[in-house]
Amino acid sequence: MKWDEFFVTGDPMIYGADVSIVLTMVGILFYLTRYKKWKWLWTEWLTTVDHKKLGIMYIVSAVLMLFRGGVDALLMRTQLAVPEAKFLDSQHYNEIFTTHGTIMIIFMAMPFLIGIINVVVPLQIGARDVAYPYLNAVSFWTFFIGAMLFNISFVIGGSPSAGWTSYMPLASNELSPGPGQNYYLWGLQIAGIGTLLTGINFLVTILKMRAPGMTLFRMPMFTWSSLVTMVIIIFAFPILTVALALMSFDRLFGSHFFTLQGEGMDMLWANLFWLWGHPEVYIVILPAFGIFSEIISTFSKKTLFGYKAMIWSMLLIAGYSFLVWVHHFFTMGSGAAVNSVFSITTMAIGIPTGVKIFNWLFTMYRGKIQFTTPMLWSLGFIVNFVVGGVTGVMLAMAAADYQYHNTYFLVSHFHYVLIAGTVFGCFAGLIYWYPKMFGYKLNERIGKWVFWLFTIGFNVCFMPQYFLGLDGMPRRVYTYSEESGWGPLNMVSTLGGFMMGIAFLVLVYNMYYSFRFAKRETTGDAWGGRTLEWSTPSAMPPFYNFAKIPEVTGLDHFWRQKQAGKVEKLTAKDIKKIHMPSNSGVPFIMGSFFFVLGFGFVFDWIWMAFLGGIGVIGTLIYRSFEYDDGYYVSVEEVLETEKISK
Amino acid sequence: MAHAETHDPNTPLEYRSETGRLNILGFWIFLGAEVALFATLFATYMVLTHRIADGPALGELFEVKSLLIQTFLLLTSSFTCGLAVHEMRRHNVKGLMLWMIITLGLGLGFLYFEIQEFLHFIHEGANIGTSAAWSGFFVLVGTHGAHVTFGIFWVTMVLIQVAKRGLTPATSAKVFITSLYWHFLDVVWIFIFTAVYLMGMVMHHG
Repeated sequence: MKWDEFFVTGDPMIYGADVSIVLTMVGILFYLTRYKKWKWLWTEWLTTVDHKKLGIMYIVSAVLMLFRGGVDALLMRTQLAVPEAKFLDSQHYNEIFTTHGTIMIIFMAMPFLIGIINVVVPLQIGARDVAYPYLNAVSFWTFFIGAMLFNISFVIGGSPSAGWTSYMPLASNELSPGPGQNYYLWGLQIAGIGTLLTGINFLVTILKMRAPGMTLFRMPMFTWSSLVTMVIIIFAFPILTVALALMSFDRLFGSHFFTLQGEGMDMLWANLFWLWGHPEVYIVILPAFGIFSEIISTFSKKTLFGYKAMIWSMLLIAGYSFLVWVHHFFTMGSGAAVNSVFSITTMAIGIPTGVKIFNWLFTMYRGKIQFTTPMLWSLGFIVNFVVGGVTGVMLAMAAADYQYHNTYFLVSHFHYVLIAGTVFGCFAGLIYWYPKMFGYKLNERIGKWVFWLFTIGFNVCFMPQYFLGLDGMPRRVYTYSEESGWGPLNMVSTLGGFMMGIAFLVLVYNMYYSFRFAKRETTGDAWGGRTLEWSTPSAMPPFYNFAKIPEVTGLDHFWRQKQAGKVEKLTAKDIKKIHMPSNSGVPFIMGSFFFVLGFGFVFDWIWMAFLGGIGVIGTLIYRSFEYDDGYYVSVEEVLETEKISK
Repeated sequence: MAHAETHDPNTPLEYRSETGRLNILGFWIFLGAEVALFATLFATYMVLTHRIADGPALGELFEVKSLLIQTFLLLTSSFTCGLAVHEMRRHNVKGLMLWMIITLGLGLGFLYFEIQEFLHFIHEGANIGTSAAWSGFFVLVGTHGAHVTFGIFWVTMVLIQVAKRGLTPATSAKVFITSLYWHFLDVVWIFIFTAVYLMGMVMHHG
């Protein structure tokens, strides 16, 4: 392979990206060295096993990926703003919609929510950490490495271009030669390991680490939604693992799972992909539902309406999520009988979702509603998500789907559920728990600007796409003719897209502004919360979370304590020594070896993949032989941290 | 996380530490994910089993003798693995070591015959690229074989730790978890035996 094949060349935008990547790297290295931050970076972040710090690292990575995926989106909207534009050629456009979809789902939505789960769930259940803190770090680093591997594709070797669904035979060696598609396969495979481990980790954490008295039906709704999500992850991700491995074998070793030769079956890929892919949709929406439940309850000053109905709805949704996958390809010849079954299951899934919508509305009914920014995002969610849901039921009708399939109607539908559901949820959760993570709130006034800019921009961007779709505009086309008449609505859509981009920049500015100027919280209860995470005496909980593990007597325990004026005050005799896990650099090193392994397979350099594999196994063995039982935090240190005098 | 705890003397050693209990539960859940993984591979295999293109039919090349030897070795190894855990619960390190090493020997024997069989198939003109059916076969059975290989290395590592540290709540939980893994591979083999070999031969020979 020559150097000009290794690096992507020929496009001025790529050279611009090269320069900005190099400058950013140099800038970071300079900053770390100039201000002697290397040791801080290693001991505080790279080796941490603290769920709160790992959560913050997940969220920071997800925000970066939101930027990357968002730039992709704006490039596409720019190309489509006017008919027959020459801004991007077809190959470049294909690459961009592929990376946009993959990054937004796998490397933005999921890590954003997993980050919030990491920060919040152990605090909500009154635990000092997760069940497997070391494994949690492994999860993060495999996710991060998978994301980085996928992201370098656009400057080294070339990006995948077969769509985030990577249907065969389009994604085969014959039609997608070169390393691009391999980046997709190995980036997702490595990140997928981390997701599965997260699933196991948090399922056990929630089942086994709850504070005394917190029965399953006393758990906060966000914890419940996380529990259900983890179960879906555990059963869905192995399917993706297998599907990706089989495609890798097709591409690397000449097997015939999905190929046209050797009687392979291309539709088998579509089935396996969506057998994972549809549950995946619920993996990224259920935690968001949990976030909205917490926020709506907090800012209506009422217990969540229909707590148990909410839980049963989620369990139903989780079950149904595995029974609807064929609706992604009604038009691909499954036949009337099969289509009817999946049409009905798909419509049925709207029922538990509808139950949840009404529960949120009834929670607000007669509540004292405070219009804080997290609450605004939650209200915006209800309105906009219903638009996505209704069009979803339209798409669920198999016969009608023949009209909508592969048009912008579908594109608009899934953006209405994924943005108004997942992205609004991520923003709402980030703002709501921001004081828990950093000790101060994001500025509310700027936050409201972000909300209105983003929500209006979102509707301006995607509402026209419903009509473009009904008018026949297919998805995944890089341009269209003047005569089609799609020009004006596309221009409107593009303007909306840029409005969302501006809203994102204002959000980032708000982080900077609040870091500089926001009033620091003096208590742990920034919003008048109801659940245990707000019961810590300091705004940011210490690394051991709770000096004394709380005892829970019912739902909304902390709220009812406050109402009764019986919030426990810690005294010196409550404090005992606390056992905590040790930090470890091994997960980071293991992640680095995974990078070597993945990079080797991407370029079919088996020797390099082999070296990476040896490294990964080496770190596994090292861990197996390491007997580290953690350490104890002394009573004196806890007293000092909690500012309690003896 | 490990704490000094009081317990019922009848509690097995591997369940006596918090870490041990959590790890065992987590591993059971991991096995749930493994079930999903193998279920996907089985489904793939079954969809593709008749798509033989120009290659030989699967049942045409299967041989009863090799199959029975492999099955006998692996099923026996599951039994000896059970005996090892039984000895562990009696705090008999020697017995544990002995039965586990026998288990590993049987596992190696299984692998030897499996590799022989694969080489035989390749010699007869059936490899991973011959047809969709053979791709499905090699990847399903090969994934199981790769699991056995991983298991052999893993059990060896754990036995070294038992030899160095003796039976503690930590080491015994590790032994117990590897035993769960080993039995699980046995269960998967029973499905492979039925769904791949028996059905393949019955379909072919009628």
